[in-house]
Amino acid sequence: MILVVAEQRNGCLNPVSWETVAAAQQMGDMVKIVVAGSAIDGVAGELAAAAVSEVLVVEHSDLASYTPDGFVEALSQVVRMEEPDLVLCAHTYQTRDYAPKLAARLDRVLIPDCIGSKMEEGVRLFIRPMFQGKFVADIHPDGAIPHFVSMQVGACRADSVVRGSAPAEIRAVPVEVGSGVIRQRPDAPFKEAKQAVDLTQAEKIVAVGRGIKGEEQLPIAQELAKALGAELAASRPICDSGWLPMDRQIGSSGQTVAPKLYVALGISGAIQHLVGMKGAKTIVAINKDADAPIFEVSDYGIVGDLFEIVPAFITALNEK
Amino acid sequence: MNIAVCVKQVVTRDWPLRVNESAEWVRDYDASFEMNEPDAYALEEALRLKEQHGGEVVVCVAGPPRVTQVIREALARGADRAIHVKHEQLAFADANVVASSLAIAMLPEQFDLVLTGLQSDDQGFGQTGVILAERLGLPHATIVMEVDAGGVNGIRVKRELEGGWFQWVSMPTPALLTIQSGINQLRYATLKGIMAAKRKEVRSVEPEELQPAGQHIVRLYVPEKEKATRFIEGSPEAASRALVRLLCEEARVL
Repeated sequence: MILVVAEQRNGCLNPVSWETVAAAQQMGDMVKIVVAGSAIDGVAGELAAAAVSEVLVVEHSDLASYTPDGFVEALSQVVRMEEPDLVLCAHTYQTRDYAPKLAARLDRVLIPDCIGSKMEEGVRLFIRPMFQGKFVADIHPDGAIPHFVSMQVGACRADSVVRGSAPAEIRAVPVEVGSGVIRQRPDAPFKEAKQAVDLTQAEKIVAVGRGIKGEEQLPIAQELAKALGAELAASRPICDSGWLPMDRQIGSSGQTVAPKLYVALGISGAIQHLVGMKGAKTIVAINKDADAPIFEVSDYGIVGDLFEIVPAFITALNEK
Repeated sequence: MNIAVCVKQVVTRDWPLRVNESAEWVRDYDASFEMNEPDAYALEEALRLKEQHGGEVVVCVAGPPRVTQVIREALARGADRAIHVKHEQLAFADANVVASSLAIAMLPEQFDLVLTGLQSDDQGFGQTGVILAERLGLPHATIVMEVDAGGVNGIRVKRELEGGWFQWVSMPTPALLTIQSGINQLRYATLKGIMAAKRKEVRSVEPEELQPAGQHIVRLYVPEKEKATRFIEGSPEAASRALVRLLCEEARVL
């Protein structure tokens, strides 16, 4: 049996949960979904539309606000009771926060951020990127069940969920959360001041990565952006270094964009960056390393020194 | 405030990595290594907290003998002493094995805070810190953007959530935090720091056996391309002119 952990906040289902349900349905016949929180009957009803054996509801006032201690305590009880073969979650920030601890409590390790799975000699292997996306690995889970796996967001299509002919059964699963178990005291989530730059609306983007080498080299990228009529953006390390403000960051912790044209300068293409831009219509990559993962998603590539190519690119644009 | 910071040694970012003969790991016997960059931010945060609140910073590294390079570097940047959990297989162990071996070496110590980076640049489990919290019996918070350790009842941290959301979380100490990259600006070792590092204590812990792995790599390979990239060759000038023509005539985006 595959147990899918759905994610909700304040009674709103995180739609990425549908991707996880779809992935589970493609892996096995017997799927159950568990959702934990407080006042989550509506979410459970929504999830029951999927063709699954059961929706398990873990309702507890101490789970009203997410805390890793609370969720590990509650979900470890559910996993012990239900004895699934596989526990499947979406690789969200919340999963990254509690699922390793949940697996560790049961003496397992989470196989994280998987992009798919395949059967080989009767064993399901999980496929995940490694070394910043330079390689992919087929992973064999070892040791006793349950195994724990998280799926990369976008790895499975949410609209491929199989719906049931009738709503799935909903069952309340009682859990105990002893006093003193939850040590984190969370404040309400908040948003920082509105983003100054909305890159999602940009038709053309020139993005720079580590290959730009230093803040003093940014003008070359700015000049190219100007020649193309593009917005300037960057991968996370550039913003981490303070060379460009955080609101110009593309990737899983920044903005997700799908412009007509995306020019990646000196960006190796770590998976965290690719998820933010691979939806662009035309991707041009200029990089000194022909094996850089950015070339896996790019339409046009030039392998070479960006400090030689970009000035020539600007000249060619101006001659056009 | 006594702070432990866990650091991993990984293959240098620019190293032209290849899969090894058995295709189960990378060819790293001749590679150059460096401090995992997310861990460098955790180390920097630990040094800043020590500067504000006093105490000591202890760098904890699990890995084969070669990881003494990053231990020296952390000591040169300002850590006071180090713990090296030494075992050949820690070079490619999973996060549970690494965290469990670190925990055994760290349990006898009295740390107020344990910091780790968010994830490693090699296997990228992103779990060592969280599992370590479980093994040490500590509360934890992940993806931490700001640490306020000035209060009397534990600490307050700002966590990054998805989609531009943030959250402040309070918890008692001792606690474990995984630090988001970019939380601070990194410092580099000074000549004085490098000299001082030579006299600092490194406690070596050599476990005879490691915890059994919870998973293993069947094969490692270069990912299939999602798109057929058209590589444009020639001099920078010729390639650029060809690129502009293709963007105009074929892709029609100019």
